[in-house]
Amino acid sequence: MYQIIAKRVCAPEVIEYVIYAPVIASSAAPGQFVMLRVDENGERVPFTICDFDRLKGSVTILVQTVGVSTYKLSLKNAGDDILDLAGPFGEATDLKNYSRILLVAGGIGVAVIYPQAKVLNSKDCKFDVILGVRNSQMLVYSNEIKILSDYLYITSDDGSVGIKGFVTDKIGELLNANQSHYDLVFAVGPPPMMRAVCEITKRFNIKTIVSLNSIMLDGTGMCGCCRVTIGGQVKYSCVHGPEFDGHLVDWNEVIFRSKRFNALEKEHYCKLRGL
Amino acid sequence: MKGTPRNKLLEISMIERQHTFKETTLTYDKDVAINEAKRCLNCKSAPCRQGCPVGVNIPLFISKIADSNFDSAVQVVKATNALPAVCGRVCPQSEQCEKLCVRGKNGSAVAIGCLERFLGDYAIDNGIYCAAVGANTLKAGHGSVAIIGSGPASLTCACECIQNGYKVVVFEALHALGGVLIYGIPEFRLPKRLVDAEIKSLVSLGVKFEINTLIGRSISFSDLRKRFDAVFIGTGAGLPNFMDIEGENLNGVYSANEYLTRVNLMKAYLDESDTPIMRARNVLVIGGGNVAFDSARTAMRLGSKSVVLAYRRTKDEIPARVEEVEQAEIEGVIISILSIPVKLLSDDNGNVRGAILKKCKLSEMDVRGRRSFEIIENTDYEIECDLVIVAIGTNPNPIVKECFSDLVTDSVGRVLVDQNNITNLPGVYAGGDAVTGAATVISAMGAGRSAAKSIARQLNGKYIN
Repeated sequence: MYQIIAKRVCAPEVIEYVIYAPVIASSAAPGQFVMLRVDENGERVPFTICDFDRLKGSVTILVQTVGVSTYKLSLKNAGDDILDLAGPFGEATDLKNYSRILLVAGGIGVAVIYPQAKVLNSKDCKFDVILGVRNSQMLVYSNEIKILSDYLYITSDDGSVGIKGFVTDKIGELLNANQSHYDLVFAVGPPPMMRAVCEITKRFNIKTIVSLNSIMLDGTGMCGCCRVTIGGQVKYSCVHGPEFDGHLVDWNEVIFRSKRFNALEKEHYCKLRGL
Repeated sequence: MKGTPRNKLLEISMIERQHTFKETTLTYDKDVAINEAKRCLNCKSAPCRQGCPVGVNIPLFISKIADSNFDSAVQVVKATNALPAVCGRVCPQSEQCEKLCVRGKNGSAVAIGCLERFLGDYAIDNGIYCAAVGANTLKAGHGSVAIIGSGPASLTCACECIQNGYKVVVFEALHALGGVLIYGIPEFRLPKRLVDAEIKSLVSLGVKFEINTLIGRSISFSDLRKRFDAVFIGTGAGLPNFMDIEGENLNGVYSANEYLTRVNLMKAYLDESDTPIMRARNVLVIGGGNVAFDSARTAMRLGSKSVVLAYRRTKDEIPARVEEVEQAEIEGVIISILSIPVKLLSDDNGNVRGAILKKCKLSEMDVRGRRSFEIIENTDYEIECDLVIVAIGTNPNPIVKECFSDLVTDSVGRVLVDQNNITNLPGVYAGGDAVTGAATVISAMGAGRSAAKSIARQLNGKYIN
């Protein structure tokens, strides 16, 4: 059992959970994830470790309520227990060898960007951030990231905050203005967004790392559920990733595979909620 | 009595099989067990024992069953095999003990597996745990042993180590204990309550279990070595192989591990489970081992209209247990021999819609003494399928190779050990599928036992001096 120490609603349907898991906290590094199972009937679902505190023995995850498991999790409150939490899984990120980095997050992707911003700031690395959201309400962690980063750019679909448009608009603008500025773009968000980012950065020949949110089952390299094709080779997101060279990712496959349980999930969700 | 044919296990009805995951066959009752035990000739040379990877004293336990002395029979089996209820069900007896049975030369072999199963169930039903194992080998010792993974090799090693007096902690990455016994082998072949009972017996002996802990990630391998006197690696062979053919990453193409884990570990076949599983009309299973047959029989139970199992060789070479092949055919699985898929076909949405296969023919023996096969060109044929399950074997988990620093492994990540299951690192032992690649439950148990003996030699030396 793993107790929820704190729960905070950050945006509509976006909740931050701080969970007591001292073993995971003691080994966690930015870029890694946990596998969470809410209750006896629950799925095993991966969530990025958004923050951790080794002294308090806690890990933080940011969760958008989108389906069965995240809905069940949203019913839990501070003081309640989660049945299973395992990790940290996946390879940790190493961004220290770049001179200037552009971090790009779409929506909930900010959960992956935030720990990177923290570590880059602590190492005095130079980096800018673009956060893309649907509207001003969906903005999460922007104050924290503003303090950590050199420049923070915000884009929103409806123009209610920052610049009206997509993250790709802003990336194009930045790269056009100064081609040699960045030697790494790190992009996290829905697969179509990551693909669009990669298409732009490829034109400018800037190395781009993406964090893939593949569907997983065990999360330990045992089933191949999360397999992706990287430069023609099959890799497992759970053990070889979740980060990969975005220019080598087979995006069509990633997008098709991300949708493969949509119908079943919807049916089960409706049944669960009596809809 | 000795002239009678072998007693068959009773089977549940087809209707029950189609819609439930109930165990397909029923364990002998006492009368049938005694009757079958009396078929044993009690040969002096006991060839059956040579066929058992852990050397169970087969004639002795059978003679005790024949005398209705079940408690004593349990002790005989458990002296060398901690998990008889499991082995009685999943061992390939027809290739091991029963293959060498003298009665089999002129009639049918004694049903050694069925008798072992009977005793395993009797032990669980009567609360006879594995207290006899190893008790006669060593006195209480001092020292601590970390065991990585909780499959059959690890459980056997844990059982022996705890009875040798060591502190034993088992670390399991998943949320449930038992390794392949839990995530891999289906309920209809190995009811999970039996695995749970075996694990409870270890808990009662003092073994500690830590779930949700992936050694190499949650706790580093070097930290673990510092905290414990000895470490046993029983991490199995979890990484599924794929064929590397076009279309293998289409939606609807599963590794057998994924398919079976969804069903067995996550209980996706139950309405209340949140884990989804595809219920397909036409299923193609690729492979011929137990895992392939488990997958095919699972697909039948999930309501598929047709399940075709494509195997590259002929029925004579099928490595699965004879009983599984028979049961699969009874349940309607179509075995397509000498067939190999060469391409999987996609619909417009990235879902698999069919497969192209080629016919094969057998050629000469390979190095393992098995007939090789050759693909016959221009024999392409297409079948329709909306689910493909790839069951062509597994290799050890890449985390072992990547995160267990300084441990020597081979090119596919199998841990290298000597004949006593000792690795290149002091105080580190390994056994089971992590060493051999995918093999049998019983050979893994044999390795767990051998490692436990090596651990005892190390720790006794350390703490006596």
